[in-house]
Amino acid sequence: MATVILLTVTGLGLGALYFLIASGLSLIFGLMDVLNFAHGALLAVGAYATWWAASGHLPGAGSGGFGFVLAVAFGTAVGTAAAALLELALIRPLYARPREQVLATVGVGLAVPALLSAIWGADARPFPTPKALSGTFGLLGARIPVNRLVLAAAALVVLVALKAFLRRTRYGLIVRAGVEDRAMVTALGIDVRKAFTLVFALGGAAAALGGALGGVYFGSVDPGQGTSLLIFAFVVVVMGGMGSLTGAALASVAVGLVQQFANYYTTAGLGDLSVVVLLAALLLLRPSGLTGRLA
Amino acid sequence: MGSASTARSVAGDGPGGAGGPGAAGRSGAPASAEGPGPGAGSPPSVLGLSGLAWRVGGATILQDVSLDVRQGEFLAFIGPNGAGKTSLFNLISGLHPATSGTITLDGADITGLPVHARARRGLGRTFQTSSLWPALTVAEHIRLAAQAAAGGSYRIWRRAGRFGPQVARTLERTGLGDRAGARAAALSHGEKRKLELAVLLVAEPRLMLLDEPMAGVSAEEVPALTELIRSLHRDEGRTVLMVEHHMDVLLGLADRLAVMHHGTLLALDTPDAVMADATVQQAYLGEDL
Repeated sequence: MATVILLTVTGLGLGALYFLIASGLSLIFGLMDVLNFAHGALLAVGAYATWWAASGHLPGAGSGGFGFVLAVAFGTAVGTAAAALLELALIRPLYARPREQVLATVGVGLAVPALLSAIWGADARPFPTPKALSGTFGLLGARIPVNRLVLAAAALVVLVALKAFLRRTRYGLIVRAGVEDRAMVTALGIDVRKAFTLVFALGGAAAALGGALGGVYFGSVDPGQGTSLLIFAFVVVVMGGMGSLTGAALASVAVGLVQQFANYYTTAGLGDLSVVVLLAALLLLRPSGLTGRLA
Repeated sequence: MGSASTARSVAGDGPGGAGGPGAAGRSGAPASAEGPGPGAGSPPSVLGLSGLAWRVGGATILQDVSLDVRQGEFLAFIGPNGAGKTSLFNLISGLHPATSGTITLDGADITGLPVHARARRGLGRTFQTSSLWPALTVAEHIRLAAQAAAGGSYRIWRRAGRFGPQVARTLERTGLGDRAGARAAALSHGEKRKLELAVLLVAEPRLMLLDEPMAGVSAEEVPALTELIRSLHRDEGRTVLMVEHHMDVLLGLADRLAVMHHGTLLALDTPDAVMADATVQQAYLGEDL
């Protein structure tokens, strides 16, 4: 029983991490038809910026208490800025050329980890985790690491915030309409490019937050972390239905849980395979994804 | 009226042949606010097409279309499928650039302007196929149109509340008040067409291009939709261009009929005169509708 609970909570934590990457990926694809292969790089940027700040390089930030919150905020802000910059500099000039656009994001996805290794080395760096997040607590006989819950809570906050943005704000309405039919939004006379930059920045913020909290989850940061997580985030996006936040949330949890349980009860490594099997089964049964529509 | 009943503006007449019938076009309709009636001078030209042509690759889709639409006029386009009616709307609304010829709106040349610039000058259109966002509610459609009409400089996190009254007014005007919270996907064909009109109306276009607004609408919904279009034209004084296959609908609405055939303007006259025209009978009415 204790094992099942631990596996469940850990699966939820991992699912939360997937959701933080997949939410932005899903909105970006839904609205702009851009497969952002650089999304993992945004996660890495957020992770390294948080690590850099928490290691004492940013005044006020540190590895404990408010200092760590500040470090995470800094990492998220850097990731957000990097995402906006990426959209403005590389994606925007290539909207009419989707193939080159994909190549550009793949290029950034390769270049950023290489750049990070060049500066800080290819080896994993220990992540300065605050004491409050490195402990465990008891739940029905299981010892649960606190950081799992922090991740799940952060993902929940991001989900609620993104849905509120989509439901209640003017740009949210433009994004929702744009996900369904972008050409018609343009035909109304709305400049959707601003919404593009905004969605990219929001997606980057969520991914960078995922990077910062992923550092806590894994206990370390390495240049390739984002790229390996990105693959599962893509699986989540496809399973959840392109452009659907609720779908991405459900799929994230499913993928996280399946991975944890399969890895534990079968052979380590079979978890990844079972995720692929899950994806194939879902695509056969429901080709449009879990929800088939946005939010 | 006298000359108009017999004159036909046949494609090829050029710009000179377009002005005459236009002035008399409204004679069958009650005098509106813009058109005080015969003798007080004809209302100003809203839309002018001169020698308009559109070629794609080697194919000529439209050639030498010239006509003049007066303010407050209702001009209906008829013709067999593939005659170029929708293509003409695409050129007028700016969806495709004209290969040659000019388009004027209120006397100003708009031939080179993009869609949104024409929309800002008061030109709005609906599409032949349903152009809605299935997952958005009726009210959200109108809100989005209101945002578009208000311009793009609003702040990101600003709440959407400011457009409430405008949304409510538009819902009431188009008879969609009780469907405000319904998703577009759940609407009947007639309600969808009304919603398309509502989205169009938010920008208060003076010139409306309606491309087959009755398409797919069930017979019992046609009268209400016809009445809505009539009130937008008669009561609110908007100039309307409409492609429609239901002749019975048109005969009660249109001031003039434009008959398109093989990408040319075959005839342009009052409905009675067009119906009596032998060439039209042969080219259009003799064929399957």
